[in-house]
Amino acid sequence: MTQSLGLTLKIWKQRGPDVKGALQTYEVRDISTEASFLEMLDILNERLVLNGEEPVAFDHDCREGICGACGAVVNGKAHGPLKETTLCQLHMRHFKDGDVVVIEPWRSRAFTLIKDLMVDRSALDAIIQAGGYVSVNTGGAPDANAVAVSQELSEKAMDAAECIGCGACVAACPNGAAMLFTSARVSHLAQLPQGKPEAKKRVASMVACMSEQGFGNCGNERECEAACPKGISITHIARMNREFLKSFFK
Amino acid sequence: MALDAKIPGGPLEEKWDRHCFDMKLVNPANKRKYTVIVLGTGLAGASASATLAELGYRVKTFCLQDSPRRAHSIAAQGGINAAKNYQNDGDSVHRLFYDTIKGGDFRAREANVYRLAQLSCNIIDQCVAQGVPFAREYGGLLANRSFGGAQVSRTFYARGQTGQQLLLGAYGALSRQVAAGGVTLFTRREMAELVVEEGRAAGVIVRNLVTGELERYAADAVVMATGGYGNVFYLSTNAMSCNVSAAMGAYRKGALFANPCFTQIHPTCIPVHGEWQSKLTLMSESLRNDGRVWVPKKAGDTRKPSDIPEGERDYYLENKYPAFGNLVPRDVASRNAKEQCDAGKGVGATGYAVYLDFRDAIVRDGRDVIQRKYGNLFAMYQRITDDDPYTLPMRIYPASHYAMGGLWVDYNLMSTVPGLFVLGEANFSDHGANRLGASALMQGLADGYFIIPYTLGGYLADRPYKAHTESSGAFNDAEEAVRQRIEGLLNARGRRTCDDFHRELGRIVWEHCGMARSNVGLDKALSRVEALQEAFRQDLAMVGTAKGVNQTLEKAMRVSDFISFSKVMIADARARQESCGSHYNLAFQTEDHEARRDDADFAHVSAWKYTGEDEAPEREVERLTFEHVKLSQRSYK
Repeated sequence: MTQSLGLTLKIWKQRGPDVKGALQTYEVRDISTEASFLEMLDILNERLVLNGEEPVAFDHDCREGICGACGAVVNGKAHGPLKETTLCQLHMRHFKDGDVVVIEPWRSRAFTLIKDLMVDRSALDAIIQAGGYVSVNTGGAPDANAVAVSQELSEKAMDAAECIGCGACVAACPNGAAMLFTSARVSHLAQLPQGKPEAKKRVASMVACMSEQGFGNCGNERECEAACPKGISITHIARMNREFLKSFFK
Repeated sequence: MALDAKIPGGPLEEKWDRHCFDMKLVNPANKRKYTVIVLGTGLAGASASATLAELGYRVKTFCLQDSPRRAHSIAAQGGINAAKNYQNDGDSVHRLFYDTIKGGDFRAREANVYRLAQLSCNIIDQCVAQGVPFAREYGGLLANRSFGGAQVSRTFYARGQTGQQLLLGAYGALSRQVAAGGVTLFTRREMAELVVEEGRAAGVIVRNLVTGELERYAADAVVMATGGYGNVFYLSTNAMSCNVSAAMGAYRKGALFANPCFTQIHPTCIPVHGEWQSKLTLMSESLRNDGRVWVPKKAGDTRKPSDIPEGERDYYLENKYPAFGNLVPRDVASRNAKEQCDAGKGVGATGYAVYLDFRDAIVRDGRDVIQRKYGNLFAMYQRITDDDPYTLPMRIYPASHYAMGGLWVDYNLMSTVPGLFVLGEANFSDHGANRLGASALMQGLADGYFIIPYTLGGYLADRPYKAHTESSGAFNDAEEAVRQRIEGLLNARGRRTCDDFHRELGRIVWEHCGMARSNVGLDKALSRVEALQEAFRQDLAMVGTAKGVNQTLEKAMRVSDFISFSKVMIADARARQESCGSHYNLAFQTEDHEARRDDADFAHVSAWKYTGEDEAPEREVERLTFEHVKLSQRSYK
């Protein structure tokens, strides 16, 4: 049943990386329970613009949970209270009238804040650039059916490949580690025959890049897995660790 | 100006190979002396960037998102077609070619479509080599499914996330070239102006979305892969940032806009709930394989669906199209849903929805079978609507999904501005008046991996190196024009938000230039858009400055371009006095209410030329000739 809510929002406002930020309080009224969380922020922003105030800056794009652009810590949880759900797919029916909702950006050493809820996640791209691919040029690929890959392996690779690169795992990790993100790519490619030839080089350089970019180490807290909107399992971290060890044996 | 598509001579099957041989090559040692700008990092832009850098060109790649991996290609669900004939069911390059031409209602170029069908096989090989985890059979070979009413099984897929996996493959190849130094990546940049010098594309002015600064980049060629204009309708299945601004920038500098009235309205989307709604979510059309579409027979029936007895339900697709039933093509299904709702038989709170009911399928096959087939889609539907589709029929309604029209390009994918190439959804080239399911990904990757690497060389081989510099007068003028435009918008002190204007624009074009059009409606739409444009200039509410992050300004720049674009779209719909594919003018229908083409007068591409901001555009025509297919009337009875 559609209902409408009134909420008190406490949103992190910060003009830029070099100035101090603070939580600012906004009241919103008549929010339909059918609206998504980001649509609730749209409504707030339209009102702010009409009042001549600066709207809340936040990243978002596809609004169907696949591009990985959106994300904020809502009441202490990355992407909010609903399991395996990105912020854009969280709907207001999961809140109650009168709730106080605290909204903060991803916080991690490797993510510099740009403005309000927007952060710079290019460190994740740097990890992929360090080796998260199969080194084949366009052209000259053999027929797609030349190498058979068991359905089981293919499905396991796909489980890892579902990562959307949103950075929630980093934001949720007490150490600010990017282990779940990195391992998802390592695990996807390491399991497929196409990824084998450079598996050692790949994992070594991606792991090195993680440290260079300022990400922390894994403490087996499992917060990443709990926060992941795509349900990526920490078994991929275990596989990456094995791959990493293997990379030392010639 | 006569539009010359530069289609090579020779038999259809040999045109591309011959052309590849006939084009001049750039010496490998000289490629590094050429700089190429690529705008956009979706399937077309990412694959083009990677491949051009592999060849040795200096590539500068731009995207407006924070990472190239977020381009909207990522959201494609269903799959990618290829004429591999792995299923031994009679597929061939010629059949894929024929299906695509016919599906487009005979409004696409034969030579382009044939090349697309040929290259489709290379794409799958390339993606598998990159480690794209396509679905596989138990024996380890690739699985296929049939899609969009095709009679053969030629669609390759990776769960419901094929676009994501293909894009991550291309993004991987792009990332590899970033690391190797072949590609310099510029994220959070949006093209603000195309720089044209001595009649050629010379570079771009981009706005840095973090600092707000205007930046200049010169190049020997510009490759635009900036997607489609579906967001002109405000509500669509596109991502929020999808826009027409880069294409309009090119249009204002002399690139022609082709067939802008061809827009795909997808029949199975989650309907609109309220005024605040920001986007519509697609539910894969595979659902129509088992779901039955119906509305109450009586207009204004507000009973719960379970209280409406069988005899009082109208399964209108099954009744009207007994042969195809619920599986009629996208344009037909969409139009019929609109007709029912316009007649007052729509369901749900707004009356703009029809039922897609799985009750009978669950009784027939059991809940488990249906759950295995559609479980993820049902979960997605429930997450958004809070309704359980196992017990309540889904409510669906059509939504804007894909732009078949786009910038006009010749066989080399070059626009009417020499040195400006246009790839993927941003061009108009291959889908005619209606795109078949699983063909968008195929076209984006064919353009980026396999066509532009050849045709760009053909253009550059005759060009001097570094012909353009960022300090030239053309760059000064272009930057000044952007600066003035931004100042104009920032000076606005009106009382209506940008979204409010965009919503009204969406309502106008949805009503009059959407699924069904009429001359009277189109004329009305044009005058309403002109009034809206005037109101936008007078009454826009704006905050912030040109410096730093200003998402309100970003939006205003895009919406102002959508308003300008909609006038070209309406003009195109008005000029095409026939119905074909997605363009359905009520005055031109068969006795069965299907699109009635006029091949004598309209078997052509309409390409529109900019003549001034408030001037009507001029139409140029490229005649289409069909030598290998016989033009026929589509029928689904």
